[in-house]
Amino acid sequence: MAIHPKEQRLVLKYADEPGYTPHIDSYLAHGGYDMLKKAVTMEPQAIIDEVKASTLRGRGGAGFPCGLKWSFVDRKSGKPIYLICNCDESEPGTFKDRQIVHKDPHQLIEGMMISCFANNVAKAFIYIREEMPYGAKILDQAILEAKEKGFVGDNVLGSGYSCDIVVHRGAAAYICGEETGLIESLEGKRANPRIKPPYFPAVLGLYNCPTIVNNVETLCNAVHILDLGAEGFKKIGRPNNAGTRIWCVSGGVQRPGYYEVGEMTLGELVYDVCGGPLPGRSIKAIIPGGSSMKILKNGERYKGKNPDGSEYDWGLEDIPLDYDGIAAAGSMSGSGGMMVLDDTVSIPAALANLMAFYSHESCGQCTPCREGSLWLKKITSRMVHGQARPEDVDLMLDVAGQIAGRTICAFGFAVAWPVQSYIAKFEDEFREYAAHLSDPNADRQAIKELACNG
Amino acid sequence: MDLKPETLAEIEAAIPKYPEAQSAVMPLLHAIQKDQGFISNEAAEWVAEKLGIAPINVLSVVTFYPFFRQHKIGKRHIRVCRTLSCAMAGGSKVCDKMLAEFETELNQVSPGGEVTVEFAECLASCGSAPVMLVDEDLHENLTVEKAKEICDKIKAEAKS
Repeated sequence: MAIHPKEQRLVLKYADEPGYTPHIDSYLAHGGYDMLKKAVTMEPQAIIDEVKASTLRGRGGAGFPCGLKWSFVDRKSGKPIYLICNCDESEPGTFKDRQIVHKDPHQLIEGMMISCFANNVAKAFIYIREEMPYGAKILDQAILEAKEKGFVGDNVLGSGYSCDIVVHRGAAAYICGEETGLIESLEGKRANPRIKPPYFPAVLGLYNCPTIVNNVETLCNAVHILDLGAEGFKKIGRPNNAGTRIWCVSGGVQRPGYYEVGEMTLGELVYDVCGGPLPGRSIKAIIPGGSSMKILKNGERYKGKNPDGSEYDWGLEDIPLDYDGIAAAGSMSGSGGMMVLDDTVSIPAALANLMAFYSHESCGQCTPCREGSLWLKKITSRMVHGQARPEDVDLMLDVAGQIAGRTICAFGFAVAWPVQSYIAKFEDEFREYAAHLSDPNADRQAIKELACNG
Repeated sequence: MDLKPETLAEIEAAIPKYPEAQSAVMPLLHAIQKDQGFISNEAAEWVAEKLGIAPINVLSVVTFYPFFRQHKIGKRHIRVCRTLSCAMAGGSKVCDKMLAEFETELNQVSPGGEVTVEFAECLASCGSAPVMLVDEDLHENLTVEKAKEICDKIKAEAKS
C-alpha cells in the first residue's frame, strides 16, 4: 500500500517498500536484529527499565503500560516464565498485525526475543488465528531462518541465553484474543477466560506459571525503543501516548487501509489521509477502536477538562488520535480498528450485524453474556426485519445493563457498549424502528444486507 | 485411524513442542482435519490416546472452536466475511452470488459436492472489504462479478 505523506512509519517502515520480502535477508539488509545484538549485551533489568521509561502502552486493546505489565511478573516463584505473542487479531475493524506478520515477520521475532531476554523467558509462543494460514507458515519459516543465524534457539548470539518460539494456530474463536482465554486455548482447552484474581497471567498464567501476553505491534515496538531510546521514543506522540500507532480504517472513506501515524487528530486521519467520505456522502458516526468500542457521532461536541485544568471542546474531527484523546471523547482507541459509518448506514442494522457477531463469539461460560448476547441478537434482528416491538429499545438497554460488568472477562462490556452507546446517540432511529415507523422509503433489502445475520 | 505419513510426521513433530502434551490438541486436530476433512469420534479418541487425556477433553475442544467440524464439507471451503466492514461493502451480495452459482444454501454441501459456503466472522482484512477465504486463500475487494469469476474457476477445477 502506498505510504501517505502524513504517516510516520516505524513498525511498518519497510513493510511496503518495493522488493522487501519476509525473508531474513531483507530484514538484515535494513539493520535487522541489530537491536537484539545490543540487547544481549545489556542487563535484562535495564531493558525492562527502558521499556517502562518509554511509556509504551499495549496496542491490543486495553492500552495497559507494557513495562508495568512486565514488572508484575512473579520472578521469585521458581517456575518458568512464558511469553505469548497475541496474534489472534480478530477485533472487527482491525488488520494491522496481519501486515506485520505477512510482510515483516522478523521484526516481530526480534521484538519477541528482546522481550524474552529481558524477562528471562526460555519458551515463547505466537498464538495466530486460524484464518491467517499463510501468516503461520511465514512465521514458521522466519523462525527457522532466525535459528540458522543464531537469533532464536540455543545460545542466542553466543550470549549463553536460549529461547525457543513456537507458532500455535487458533481455530476461529474470537475469545482467544482475551489473554486468559488464549492461555486456556494454548493449554489445549476450550477458551473460557479465567477469573482475575487469582489468575493474573503475570502470576498464574500458562500452566499456572508467570506469563506475559503482548500484542504483535507492542512487541515490535521493543525493537524501536532500544533503537531510539526511551526518550527518543517518547518524542513521538503526546505524553502518555508515546510512539506511533497503526490505524486500520474501513467503511465509508475513499482510501480505507492501514496508516501508521504519530500525533494527529481524528479528522486529519479520516479526511486528509483517508480522503474523507465517498462522493455525495457524509460521515454519520465513527467506531474508533474496533467494534467493541463506543460509537462517536458526527456533530456531537466533546467537552471536558484537560489534566492541566484547561478545557477542551472538540468536534469529532478535533479529537486527538490517541489513547487519551479518544478516552476523553468517551470511547477507547482499542485495537486501532476504526470503522467509518456514512449517512447510508442504518445504525440499528449495524448493531444487528455486531450482535450477531457477539452472540456467535460468546464463549458461553457466564450466563449474562451467553444468554444476553443471543437475546440482543434476536431483538436487533427482528428490528431490522420489520418486526420490532414497542418495548424493544428499553429491553435492549436492560439486557445490556445486565451483561456489562457481570461477566468473568471484558467480553461482556464488548457486547454492552455498542448497544448502550448506539442507543444513547441514535435513540430516535431505534425508536422509529421499534415503533414500526421506519421510513417507508427505506431500502429494507439494504438494511437486511447490512445486518447480514440470516 | 488411517492417516497419511505426512500427517503422522506432523503430529509427531508437534507434540514435543509443548511443555505439556494436552497443548498439542489443537495442532493435532488441525493435522487430522486437513487429512480427513473433519474430526470423527474415532479421531477424537485417537488424539486422546495419543496425548494421554480423556476423549471428552478432545471433544470439548472440537465442539468449542468453529473451525473444527464433525461432518464432511464440500471439496472447497468458502468462508465469506459477514462482519460490519465487509457487510457495509457488500459482503452479503457476494455470499448470495456464491450460493446461487453453486445452487446451494449456507452451511450445506453443494449438490455437485464442489463447495460448502459459510459466513465467517471478521477475517481481519477490513481495509480491503469485502473479503472471503477459499480454503487458505484470501480474496479481497470482492464484487459480484469477481465472485462469479472465482466460482467459474472452482467449477472448472472441479471438472478437471
